[in-house]
Amino acid sequence: MGHDTHVQEKSVAQYEYDRRKNAVEMRKQVVNFAIMILFTFIAFAVVIADFSPYFIKPIILLLAGVQVVLQLYSFMHMGEKKAAHIGIINTFVWMGAVIAFTFFLAFLTIIWW
Amino acid sequence: MSSVAIGNKKGFGATLWDYLTTVDHKKLGNMYFFAGLLFFAIAGFEALLMRIQLMVPNNDFVSAGLFNELLTMHGTTMLFLAATPLLFGFMNAVVPLQIGARDVAFPFLNSLGFWLFFLGAVFLHLSFFMGGAPDAGWTSYASLSLYSPGHGIDFYVLGLQISGAGTLISGINFIVTIITMRAPGMTFMRMPLFTWTSLLSSALILFAFPPLTVGLFFMLVDRMFGANFFDHTMGGNTIIWEHLFWIFGHPEVYILVLPAFGLFSEIIPVFARKRLFGYSSMVFATILIGFLGFMVWAHHMFTTGLGPTANAIFAVATMAIGVPTGMKVFNWILTIWGGSVKVTVPMIYALGFIPSFVAGGVTGVMQATAPLDYQLHDSYFIVAHFHYVIVGGIVTAIFGATHFYWPIMFNRALNEKLGFVVFWIFFIGFHLTFFIQHFLGLMGMPRRVFTYQADQGWDLFNFISSIGAIMMGIGVLLLVINMLLSIKSKPLNTRDYWKDGRSLEWAIQTPVPFYNFKQTPLVRGYDPYWIEKQEGNKEGMTYAEPLGDIHMPNGSILPLIMSIGMFIAAFGALHHPDDVSWSVPVIIIGLGITVACMLTRSFKDDLGFHVHKEEVIAMEESLYGKGGNK
Amino acid sequence: MDLNTKFTPQSWPDHAEQATMEGKNKFVGIWIFICSDIVLFASVFATYLSLKDKGPAGMDITAAELLGLPLAFVMTMLLLTSSLTSVYAMYHMKNYNAKGVIIWMAITVLLGLGFLGLEISEFYEYTVHEGFGFTHSAFSSSFYVLVGTHGLHVVIGLVWITGLIIRNIKRGLNLYTAPKFFAASIYWHFIDVVWVFIFTVVYLMGVLG
Repeated sequence: MGHDTHVQEKSVAQYEYDRRKNAVEMRKQVVNFAIMILFTFIAFAVVIADFSPYFIKPIILLLAGVQVVLQLYSFMHMGEKKAAHIGIINTFVWMGAVIAFTFFLAFLTIIWW
Repeated sequence: MSSVAIGNKKGFGATLWDYLTTVDHKKLGNMYFFAGLLFFAIAGFEALLMRIQLMVPNNDFVSAGLFNELLTMHGTTMLFLAATPLLFGFMNAVVPLQIGARDVAFPFLNSLGFWLFFLGAVFLHLSFFMGGAPDAGWTSYASLSLYSPGHGIDFYVLGLQISGAGTLISGINFIVTIITMRAPGMTFMRMPLFTWTSLLSSALILFAFPPLTVGLFFMLVDRMFGANFFDHTMGGNTIIWEHLFWIFGHPEVYILVLPAFGLFSEIIPVFARKRLFGYSSMVFATILIGFLGFMVWAHHMFTTGLGPTANAIFAVATMAIGVPTGMKVFNWILTIWGGSVKVTVPMIYALGFIPSFVAGGVTGVMQATAPLDYQLHDSYFIVAHFHYVIVGGIVTAIFGATHFYWPIMFNRALNEKLGFVVFWIFFIGFHLTFFIQHFLGLMGMPRRVFTYQADQGWDLFNFISSIGAIMMGIGVLLLVINMLLSIKSKPLNTRDYWKDGRSLEWAIQTPVPFYNFKQTPLVRGYDPYWIEKQEGNKEGMTYAEPLGDIHMPNGSILPLIMSIGMFIAAFGALHHPDDVSWSVPVIIIGLGITVACMLTRSFKDDLGFHVHKEEVIAMEESLYGKGGNK
Repeated sequence: MDLNTKFTPQSWPDHAEQATMEGKNKFVGIWIFICSDIVLFASVFATYLSLKDKGPAGMDITAAELLGLPLAFVMTMLLLTSSLTSVYAMYHMKNYNAKGVIIWMAITVLLGLGFLGLEISEFYEYTVHEGFGFTHSAFSSSFYVLVGTHGLHVVIGLVWITGLIIRNIKRGLNLYTAPKFFAASIYWHFIDVVWVFIFTVVYLMGVLG
């Protein structure tokens, strides 16, 4: 604490490389976004298409789950190994997900009987 | 803001301002401690009144309505407003020192957490003077509390909502602090056990308080704004409250007991002069207890009609928690076994804790058997069980840690002889009060009753139980006297008061400077200070960095004002169902004050201040003499 | 200090928002807060699932006939796109382009305001035209608390990001301001995550019956 962060000029090659890397990364994010839009579309379409609810419900939940994991791991950098303490953060988030799952299980089974 | 020059006698006004604006974890730790002690005394007094009422059959010492208020406030205050802040006091005082940090990750939020807790607590207690305290039990089941006339329950909902926000904020603070601010060399598996349990308890707070927040919010809108969550005539279900409350309520008791376990894991190795047995398994057991604590809440609801399958699942999960807890007990015993045991006051609390807590634990496993619980539920057997684990576990930890950490917190020592007297009076009184109650429960005496008929075989046992309660009261009084006496005693001005300290907090000479360690220590293993002592380093720690400028946070009055804003808004909300014209404006004013403070904080930069190297050296020399603190 | 250090695109560190201790603390802190918010929403969600379509005897409003899919679709598109624009703002932050950050965060706010406007009009429609107010039934109370809590989180996010824009439009990017933008964008993504569950569980599954 109390020490100013070290400021270092990147070399031209390093700088160009990092710019390209950032641009590639951004393109990946746009692709992920397109996938999310697609999943949303499919979910809505599946509901409107009027299949049996027993078929639709698991599918849209699965689509939601995958979309959320995509948001978490790519948009929110949970998959980025170099982020500070990301291992602990992942542990906490998955713990929260497990606890959330127990709530759903409980409230769907032992509220009305 | 804070001046480095010490030895200036500050006037009363300046000292008051210092404490109102402090963000220093050490000062906040002391404030949490004394606030917790105050509410512990109040809740204890409520218990005494109850036990006097129950001393003889058909007593009329207090009315039935007042008894209900006393039992509600006793439980609510003890758990939320006494045990939690006392333990937070130790966490604040000790954890940053144990990990070699200068303060917590978010000092401003640390202060905010304290003031929200304190003002929520004050708000709840105002209910006694404003129409009556809540009277539906600390669990406030919706079928009863929705229809409780008057504002008691509204005080409960709003007071706990505000206090709970403070607790959640502090929980987040400690998690981030322990993750990011450990000294170099302190890996997770080299952290002291009290730091581990603080981390896991804070994680439990993180996950358990939101369901409480949600439940309290539902109760609030049901009572005040016409919502229908718990009203079965409008499609609601009263058991939703029970689920949300106990999803919070069960982890809550682990939130309290884990730091207590951590405190004993610090005390026992120091006074057995032996390294903690089975460190990795202790860590693993604590994690398992924390995780399982979220999977057992419905064991408080066995008799609500969940059905045999649900009951069986929760019964088995509850029994499973006994396994990691038992691991910890064996590890403590094996730490003591073969050690060179020195029975000081903290150690005797630890020795008293082990059998008492185990007794409470085994009655818990008995109650986990769902069929048996049908007999035991809502009887004095349950009361006996949880007081055994709470008093035998948490309160003994708090009392023992008070003696243990008093030198670090106040640069004074509590009197050992008086400490032993307090221990024996309190300990005997505790067993007298609650051991008897197991039998009362088995004989059929229900809990939460304000009186009972004579000649059912309960008279003698109730009488004895009340005598025990009086003894506990005397013990607490003597403990407070011990604290007051220590003010006048000589300052210690030493490091490692108990001479056998193992972790970093003992490496620093008291009084602890406001910046803690002048250089961040280098941690070479578990029990880092012990390692340095073994290596022959008589002068403290090896350091990880050269002496340099130290960056410290500024104090701020905003946390107090923000909390006052919420306090004011709560008054408006409280009177909203009364259809008064000023309720909504008051809510808006109160929230407005809070939001204005948040905007001030966001728009006005606060970058802290620097203590320059020369000032640090001067400070160290004036505190510790020529050569300073090595 | 960190406020006054002058950077160039070449000297701007790679993970600027985590380059200081305060930055790391804010990064870990916002994530830990989000974990508590996950459990908060889970509690409200679980309650909604148990109170869906439940009301007094003779109640005739159900999710299937009340909720409209087209509106939910548009709202989802707005919020999802705003998530992407905030990612784009962070991309500009990586490249030390302060103007890019401000512009794309502002666009995020506009999209969020659009979402909010549609939600408010939806609530108005239900309350005033359908008689489906907060006190109507257990179903209505739980619907408004669930969707309303999410809406409140959106409002807080918009105020937060707008405040950041106003505060930093003049002084740009440095190691003190970078973590603030980053934390706000993580929070904004989280709000989108919750919305994915809301449109799936409340609207899609609601319409299914």
